[in-house]
Amino acid sequence: MNTSDSLHTISLQKPDMSVTIAGVTFKNPVLTASGTFGSGLEYSEFIDLSRLGGLVTKGVSNVPWPGNPTPRVAEVSAGMLNAIGLQNPGMEVFIERDLAFLKDVDTKVIVNVCGKSVEDYLDVVRWLQNEAVDMLEINVSCPNVKEGAIAFGQNPDALYDITSRIKKEAAQPVIMKLTPNVTDITQMARAAEAGGADAISLINTITGAKIDIERRQFVLANKTGGLSGPAIKPVAVRMVWQAAQAVSIPVIGMGGIATAEDAIEFMMAGASAVAVGAMNFHDPYTTVRVAEGMEQWCASHGVDRVASLTGIV
Amino acid sequence: MKKKTTMTVLDSRMLAQDIWSLELAYAPEDIPQEVLPGQFAGLYPAGGDLLLMRPISICRWDSRRGALRFVYRAGGKGTRSFTGLKAGDTIDMLGILGNGYDLAKLRGKHVVLLGGGIGVPPMLELAAALQESADAGTTVTAVMGYRNNELFLKEEMEAFAQVLVATEDGSAGTKGNVLDAVRENEIRADVLCACGPLPMLRAVKRHAQENNIPAFLSLEERMACGVGVCLGCVAKTTKADEHSKVHNARVCVEGPVFPAEDVDLD
Repeated sequence: MNTSDSLHTISLQKPDMSVTIAGVTFKNPVLTASGTFGSGLEYSEFIDLSRLGGLVTKGVSNVPWPGNPTPRVAEVSAGMLNAIGLQNPGMEVFIERDLAFLKDVDTKVIVNVCGKSVEDYLDVVRWLQNEAVDMLEINVSCPNVKEGAIAFGQNPDALYDITSRIKKEAAQPVIMKLTPNVTDITQMARAAEAGGADAISLINTITGAKIDIERRQFVLANKTGGLSGPAIKPVAVRMVWQAAQAVSIPVIGMGGIATAEDAIEFMMAGASAVAVGAMNFHDPYTTVRVAEGMEQWCASHGVDRVASLTGIV
Repeated sequence: MKKKTTMTVLDSRMLAQDIWSLELAYAPEDIPQEVLPGQFAGLYPAGGDLLLMRPISICRWDSRRGALRFVYRAGGKGTRSFTGLKAGDTIDMLGILGNGYDLAKLRGKHVVLLGGGIGVPPMLELAAALQESADAGTTVTAVMGYRNNELFLKEEMEAFAQVLVATEDGSAGTKGNVLDAVRENEIRADVLCACGPLPMLRAVKRHAQENNIPAFLSLEERMACGVGVCLGCVAKTTKADEHSKVHNARVCVEGPVFPAEDVDLD
């Protein structure tokens, strides 16, 4: 038995905020949610990126994707809808520009990968084999593109298949990012685990819509979009808890996290780490505030290891 | 350097139906850089359930008085919440955002500013900046389009430019839009700078092409982050954009001001 654990000292010692997922150790449990942080360059004007546990990039595909027509975003109560459509400059530019920038940033780097076909995903995964990337997050959950993405995340057989094929090619540990737009999240979590996923992350956005009643039309050009922000937090906490019960691989929890208390709630539900998404847009300092707040919460509640909170409910 | 800062309200008042002026006090540490005309800031509705900033163009930047002024349309829930602000209240601001007008491309020329509706306010700062930095050759004509005879900011504009007015209902100036006023008064521009609704910007682009003069257009799009991260506010571009590698540029970073020939408005 570890003596510091057994003494239960509400000590002056700083709590251990590190968490380990699939052999990768993060200095704290706070990551950025894909698509809400670019590759960090823009927000590096606001925060010190080395304060992040990890940085999850915007989704990248093998070739440039133009995304959807505008309007792409709409605000709703305590949240927002987006239908960006995974616009990205493609792998080649991503490696030259974004990964080159991230090389000098002292945080763990997780690259979010998207594609229209399994072959597209594999293409990106192979590109990244020799790059300075700590983990891959596979986007099988974007609700805003017509091909690929969510189609792989709503069918357990397809999810198992793509996971196992990616695992054969990937040089880094693989996180499968799951969609909440399914009947039974545990079925998807199990399929990812069976396919060999090293971890799962959830939730991606919940499909929604908003209508401008004066114009009698949808606000988003795509008609539907993904709902994010504090509005979805209770759904996310429920699904993280269900998924964590169903699998033994680590779960990364996200969905409307705005405060340290929210993040701790996700950890208690079963998350080993958390990600801040839409709230970055409200306040670019959210990630750092959440990380600092979690540390203070642990210190004031006599928790000497943040990882000990995972799944305690 | 961009920041999210809590600002103090100096003045808030209604100028016309649904058109409000909001002046904020700022210290140099709040806004370390020079503010360019055409730039904007994100203003956050307080408390409540609205999370995203409202992108509002800068109407006046007065570094001597330490005042930053916005004139906005109180149209939706968020902007309407700003109308309740009083002197001494605080408001969170993200800024300063966007590229602004490149004054070097305007100096020494006859610059015609075209502002339609809530596109009028940024033209005031542009006229002021051109006048302040004017060498002998720069002349400024401002053509301002309104719905009716509530001609907000017209008097203030007269301090910096020769002013012409167009109104939709014909109650003041030329009946019609800003380009009707340009034609009626036979205004010959060396360069056009325009901000207003999309149909107006399309017409300005056509006018510039027909007359073979450069035009700079200030675009508006729904935004979330305001700093180039979310890719919500893109404008279609005629050539592949340097950052995105596709035919989309971020209005909040590469814009909101674009050379007319660079954007596809159809």
